[in-house]
Amino acid sequence: MEFARKEAPFIAPNATVARMMLQVLLALVPAALAHVWYFGPGFLFNLLIATLFCIAGEALMVRARGRDPVIALTDYSALVTAALLAFALPSLTPWWVTATGALFSVVVAKHLYGGIGFNVFNPAMAGYVVILVAFPMEMNLWVAPSMGDLDYVDLGILQTLTYTLTGNLPPDLGFDAISRATPLDAMQSGLRNMQTYAEIRTNPMMGDFGGRGWEWIGNFFAIGGFWLLVQKIIRWQIPTGVFVGLLLPAGIMYLIDPGSNASPGFHLFSGATILCAFFIATDPVSAATSARGRLLYGLGIGVLIYVIRRWGAYADGVAFAVLLMNMAVPAIDLVTRPHIVGHAKGRLG
Amino acid sequence: MSAPTYDLGKLHGGLRLQGHKTESTAMPIQQVPVPKMLAMPLTQHVGNPAQPVVAMGESVAKGQLIAASEGSLGAPVHASSSGTIVAIEPWPVSRRLGANAPCIVIECDGEDRAHPLPDLLPDFRELEPAELLRKILEGGIVGLGGAVFPTAQKLMQAATCDLRFLILNGVECEPYISCDDMLMRTYAREVLGGAQILMHALDLDLCYIGVESDKPQAIQRLGEEMAELADERIILKQVPTIYPSGGEDQLVQLVTNLEVPTGGLPSDVGCLVQNVGTATAIYDWIVGGQPLVSRITTVTGDGVSKPMNVLARIGTPIADIIKFAGGYTKQARQLIVGGPMTGKSVTTDRVPLVKATNCILVLAEAPSVGAEMPCIRCGNCADVCPVQLLPQQLFWYACADNEKQLRLHGLTDCIECGCCDLVCPSHIPLTADFRTAKARIQELADEKARAERARSRFEARNERLEKEHQERADELTRQKESAKQGGPEMIAEILKRKQQEKDDG
Repeated sequence: MEFARKEAPFIAPNATVARMMLQVLLALVPAALAHVWYFGPGFLFNLLIATLFCIAGEALMVRARGRDPVIALTDYSALVTAALLAFALPSLTPWWVTATGALFSVVVAKHLYGGIGFNVFNPAMAGYVVILVAFPMEMNLWVAPSMGDLDYVDLGILQTLTYTLTGNLPPDLGFDAISRATPLDAMQSGLRNMQTYAEIRTNPMMGDFGGRGWEWIGNFFAIGGFWLLVQKIIRWQIPTGVFVGLLLPAGIMYLIDPGSNASPGFHLFSGATILCAFFIATDPVSAATSARGRLLYGLGIGVLIYVIRRWGAYADGVAFAVLLMNMAVPAIDLVTRPHIVGHAKGRLG
Repeated sequence: MSAPTYDLGKLHGGLRLQGHKTESTAMPIQQVPVPKMLAMPLTQHVGNPAQPVVAMGESVAKGQLIAASEGSLGAPVHASSSGTIVAIEPWPVSRRLGANAPCIVIECDGEDRAHPLPDLLPDFRELEPAELLRKILEGGIVGLGGAVFPTAQKLMQAATCDLRFLILNGVECEPYISCDDMLMRTYAREVLGGAQILMHALDLDLCYIGVESDKPQAIQRLGEEMAELADERIILKQVPTIYPSGGEDQLVQLVTNLEVPTGGLPSDVGCLVQNVGTATAIYDWIVGGQPLVSRITTVTGDGVSKPMNVLARIGTPIADIIKFAGGYTKQARQLIVGGPMTGKSVTTDRVPLVKATNCILVLAEAPSVGAEMPCIRCGNCADVCPVQLLPQQLFWYACADNEKQLRLHGLTDCIECGCCDLVCPSHIPLTADFRTAKARIQELADEKARAERARSRFEARNERLEKEHQERADELTRQKESAKQGGPEMIAEILKRKQQEKDDG
C-alpha cells in the first residue's frame, strides 16, 4: 500500500485566527450594549459605517495585492478594527469622518504595511488619530450620557441618523445644546484653570470615580476583557502593565498634591483606559511578544496615557500612547527575550 | 511495593495531549511470526554505517553478526532470524531525507535457528566497567527511545564525565505510543536488571526511573519488582503527563531541576539518560546473551484493525506487522513511523522495522485545517515551547533568512517537539520551517568552512610559490657568485654543461 508524505506533527492545530477575532468581537458585546444605553443609537450607525468601509477597504486592498479575498475577509480582523474604531468615536459622528478613519486603518495602517500580521501600528488607533487631527471639531461632539438627572437631550434614532448622514442637527438644536465636554476634558481644563480636583468633582457631571454614566462603560469592557483572559485570547501582562503604568504615577501625583491632580480612580474609569487595557493594547500583531515584553509594553502605554492626560494637549492619550509604544516594540522584543533553557542566565546577547 | 516520589523540577510549557494509548494496551505484547524476508539497514543508529561481514548466498543464524561497527561511532547489526543472504542493496527505509538506504536482505528459512550463545556468560558484577562497556558495544545496542545513539559510545563518553545519576526514561509522552508502558508492565525485572548493569558499568549508585503518571500499571509493576529486589539505589519518579516531558533534556530538568547546557549533553550536568527499552536490551545481551535482534513496537491508529503492541524482529517489513495486527482499516491514509508529533511519514509499507521504530501509526486522512495565514504574533507558541524559545520571532527571522538573529533566538536549541504547530491559529508549519532553517544554518556553516579551507589552501599555495621563487633566486645569485669567483674557466664549464643539458633534453 502507498501513502502520502507529510511532515510531522500529524495532529491538526485547533485554534484559528478567525475564532480568536470572533471571540474578541463577542467580548465587546456588553460594552456595545452599554454604549447604546448611555449614548444613544449613534454608536450602532458608527459601527455599521466603520464595518462597511473596513470591509470595502480590505476587499479592495486584498484584490490589489493579488491575495485571496475569501481568506482575508473570513479572518474577521477587519471587523475587529471597525469595532474598536467605532468605540473610539463620539456617538454623533458624520459618516465621512468614520469612513476616513476606517479606510485609513485598513488601507494604510494595515495593508500598505503588508496586511494582517505585518502592521507595525494598531490599525484602529492609526485611523482614529488621523481623524482626530483632521476633524477636531466633529471629534469633539460628545453628547451627555443619559443618566436622567442631567440636561440630557434624546436625539432619537431618526435625528441621529440624519446627523450621521448629513452632519446637520435639527434646526431647533445647536451643538451647544447637546454636546458636553467629556469628563477628561472638564478635568484637564478645570485643573489648568487652577480649580482644585475637589471643586471639579462637585460638577454634577462627575460620578463616583469618573464622569457620571461614562464611568460605567469601563465595567462592561472589563467584563469582556476578563472573559478574554479566561479564554486565553489575551494574557494578563498587557492589561496589568497598562493599569500599573497609569495608576502608579497617577497615585503618586495625587498623594503629593491631591488638589491639582485627578485621583487614580478618576483615571481608571475615564476615557478609554479599560478599553485600551483589554482590547486595544492587546492587539498581538502590534504589541511586544514575550511575556516580559508585554508587561513593559503595557507599562509604557499606561505611563504615556498619564503623561498625555496630565501634561499633553489632548484630554485622552490612549491612541497616541499605543502608537508610540508600537514604535518601541522591536526594541522591547529584542531586550526582553526570555531565558532559553540551557543558556547562561542573566545575559543579553 | 516502593512508592514513586514526586519532587520534581519545572518544565516550561508543553501540552496535555489526548493519549490514545488505551487502544493499544488492551492486550499483552504479541509476538510477530518470522516473516518471509528481512531487510536489515546498515544504518539504524547515529554514526557510520555498519560494514557487511557476510556474503551473498551465505546462510546466517539468528543473533549472528552480519555487519560490524565501523569507526568511532557506530553499532553492529545482527541477523534477527535464520536464513540466506539474498541481497545487499538499497531498500526503502523510513528517514527524513531520501527514500532508500543500503540493507542486507535475508530470505528466512522459517526455522529461526539461533546462533550459538557464548559458552559462559560471566556475572556482570565480576566484569571490570571498561570490559562491560566493550561488551555492550558488541550487542548492537542503540538508544531505543528513538534517538538511536549507539549506547556503548554514549556510556563511554559519559564515563569520562563527573556522573551523579542514571536516569531511566519510561516517560513515553508522545500520544499513541505505548511500547515502553507495555515493556515496563511485562519486563519490569529486566528493566531494573538493566539499571543495575548500567550503574555497575558507570560506577554510579543512584538511578531514577521516570515514568509518566498515566501509566499506573507500569508504576505498580516496577514498584513490586523494586520491593523484591530491595536495591535502594533505584528510585521511581512519577512525572506529570505533559508532552514532551520524555525528551532527554526535559526529563533531566524534571528529575534533577538542572538545565542541560545549550549544545551540551546531560552528562555535562552529571546525568546519563537511558530509555527503559535500552536498559532491557542491555540486560538481555549481558545476562541472556541475546543481541538486539527484536524490539517491542506499538501498532496503532484508526487505520489499523487491531491496535496492539508487538514484539517483532528487526528488519520485518512493516506490511507484515500491520497484517499481523489485523490489516488496514478503510480509513487508512497516512503511514507514520514513530509518533504523531515527531514521527516520519513513509510512502510505502515495504520499509522494515528498525531499532528506532517505537511506533507504527496508521492514521485516517489528515483533517483539512485551512490555509496557512500570516503570523499574528499571538504568542501561543512561546507559551508551550519547552525550551522557552520565541517561535513567533524565530519564524520571522527564518523567513528573512537572518542567521545572526536565528542563532541569538536559539534556533539550534529547538527540540522539534511540534508543540508550537499545534497551538498556532495561523496554521504555520513552524517545526518543519525550523528544520529547514536549521539545515540552512548548517549549510551556511559548511559553506563558510569550505571557503575557509579554500582560502587557507590558496594562501598556502601562494606562500609555497613565493618560497620556491625566493629559493630559485637565491640559487641563481649563489651560482653567479661562485661563477664570478671561479673565473672564466668556471663560466666556460657551466656554459658547456648547460649546452649539454639542452642537447640531452
